[in-house]
Amino acid sequence: MIHTKSLHFSYGKGTDFNFPDITASSGDSLLITGGSGRGKTTLLHLLGGLLRPQSGQVVVEGTDIATLSEKKLDTFRGKNIGLVLQQNYFVASLSVLENVVLASWLATGKQAETKAKELLEQLGLKGQEHKLPSQLSIGQQQRVSIARALINEPKLLLADEPTSSLDDENAYTVADMLSGLAKQFGTALVIVTHDQRLKDRFPNQISL
Amino acid sequence: MITKIAWKNIWFKPLNTVLSIILLTSSVAIITLLILLENQFERKFNDNIDGIDLVLGAQGSPLQLILSSVYQVDAPTGNIDYAEAKTWMKNPLVKKAIPLAFGDNYRGFKIVGTTPDYLTHYGAKMQQGKVFSKNFEVVVGSTVAQKMGLKLGDTFFGSHGDSSEGEVHEDHAYIVTGIAAETGKVADNVILCNIPSVWAMHEGHDHNHEGEESHDHEDHDHDHEAHAGEEAHNHEEYDHDHDAHAGEEAHNHEEHDHDHETVISEEGKEITAVILKMRNPMSVLVWQNMIPMNTKMQAASPGREINRLFSLFGIGLDALQYLAYGIMLISGISIFIALYNTLKERKYEFALLRVNGASRLQLLMLVLIESLLLCITGFIFGTVVGRIALSLISGSSETEFKISFNPLEFVWEKEGYLLGLTIFVGILAAVIPAVKAYSLNISKTLANA
Repeated sequence: MIHTKSLHFSYGKGTDFNFPDITASSGDSLLITGGSGRGKTTLLHLLGGLLRPQSGQVVVEGTDIATLSEKKLDTFRGKNIGLVLQQNYFVASLSVLENVVLASWLATGKQAETKAKELLEQLGLKGQEHKLPSQLSIGQQQRVSIARALINEPKLLLADEPTSSLDDENAYTVADMLSGLAKQFGTALVIVTHDQRLKDRFPNQISL
Repeated sequence: MITKIAWKNIWFKPLNTVLSIILLTSSVAIITLLILLENQFERKFNDNIDGIDLVLGAQGSPLQLILSSVYQVDAPTGNIDYAEAKTWMKNPLVKKAIPLAFGDNYRGFKIVGTTPDYLTHYGAKMQQGKVFSKNFEVVVGSTVAQKMGLKLGDTFFGSHGDSSEGEVHEDHAYIVTGIAAETGKVADNVILCNIPSVWAMHEGHDHNHEGEESHDHEDHDHDHEAHAGEEAHNHEEYDHDHDAHAGEEAHNHEEHDHDHETVISEEGKEITAVILKMRNPMSVLVWQNMIPMNTKMQAASPGREINRLFSLFGIGLDALQYLAYGIMLISGISIFIALYNTLKERKYEFALLRVNGASRLQLLMLVLIESLLLCITGFIFGTVVGRIALSLISGSSETEFKISFNPLEFVWEKEGYLLGLTIFVGILAAVIPAVKAYSLNISKTLANA
């Protein structure tokens, strides 16, 4: 469950963004589209608590994350917000499984290894757990990112251009996977993208 | 978990890591070696001169006199006349005087003619048997007994001089009557007998350093294998070319009777040195000047000579130490460069960790721990390598100088400082990369990807 209210963010030098209010309930999916320079990534970072708005509110599960301290925000983000980024970054020295487990440890202090294995298996990555992320294909890496974003069963799943580097077949698979998982975990899903292929799949859309 | 990630990270770039560890290991090893060497060397040297104020011996290098007569490592400066030495030994200013007469060795271990006071002086109690009382009875130091496998009642022949290749004195065998307990001092490495034994050993034949032996044993009735030293030797008048070390005077001895209680005339006899303990410190200074002025002898102060030796050594040790600190500085820089270089590629990794809920402090710790792991690994390796080096040095110094070092000893204080220094280097090297990781702007990093 997430909603925003009159979000404003400025990078200075005349690049000001006033974002429309958005709302996504648990299990719902919301697609935010818009061309380059419209502030898609900025909005996503605001929603994920990576940036702080100049004014306005970002309320996730009843908490206005813009008012949290840096440390509390880190903890809150770890527990409640999952992010799938445009490019897939991993701790290069850790295995696929360890990367996913790490996310659970950072958020909760516990290493949810069994759950991580189940999640990876569900995402079709059985047998890849002990490889290094760099040994996987882009599509596989994408799925590891999704597994990592979902390991803590967040209330909000944010995805930044999750399909831009994938072919049609994989793009649809990922889109279905994301919306399916959001329903399964009762997570509000927000995707920002310029990918036209996704527009048919998600009825709830906001254009910036 | 952070430590685990740090550990995995440092081995993800094995070349950088190995370079940093090698540099750290070598600097820590050198410093550890120096610490142990200095500590044990000084202690060994100082322990041995405890209670010795002066050493009376032939003129020459005072350091050589100290090294030869106290530490048994160098050749003696020469011989002194026993009668003359005795007048000084009996001086009321002298608290204790221990005469020393060198001449022979047994497979490299010096055989020292002295009085039982020598054992008392070094606090050597008898582990087995009794102190020498008759000629050719010896007490062996604990190390000698162990290395040579000598037991009570064993007999052996000494070789002339201080190398085991010297000519063997086959006329008389020494018999082991006592084995001294371990003292940790030089007394462990010598074989002790009474002074007349040394004299007797060298008058039984014509002695010739050049190796041209001209023994004339016709008039002798030998049975030394079994009871050397206890038989009666009847020596006709001998022309004895006694040459213990330096003197080449000829001694004429009237018929000697080597009996159970052999009495050898002290007249004209020589000894090598006398260890003196004085009654007051003033006389120590006075004698150092007085003796060379009035006699052909010198009185050397062990404390002064050893200080001189250490200050000579000190220059070399200092240079090595600076070298080691230099290497440590380089290893610090190497760690810094390694961390700093990877930071560029790792900033996404750090941003990602933040996205996943890691705090700024955890990132700071991650970088710091990576550096510290390198440093501590280097320190552990260095400590071990330094000790391996010491045991190698100990092996060679043992065969050459009979000085051994204990590589398993820990000098907690100094090595603690060294650990502190290593950790400090690790923190210093990590501080800039760690702060960069701490203050990383995640949004910017991820947006600009």
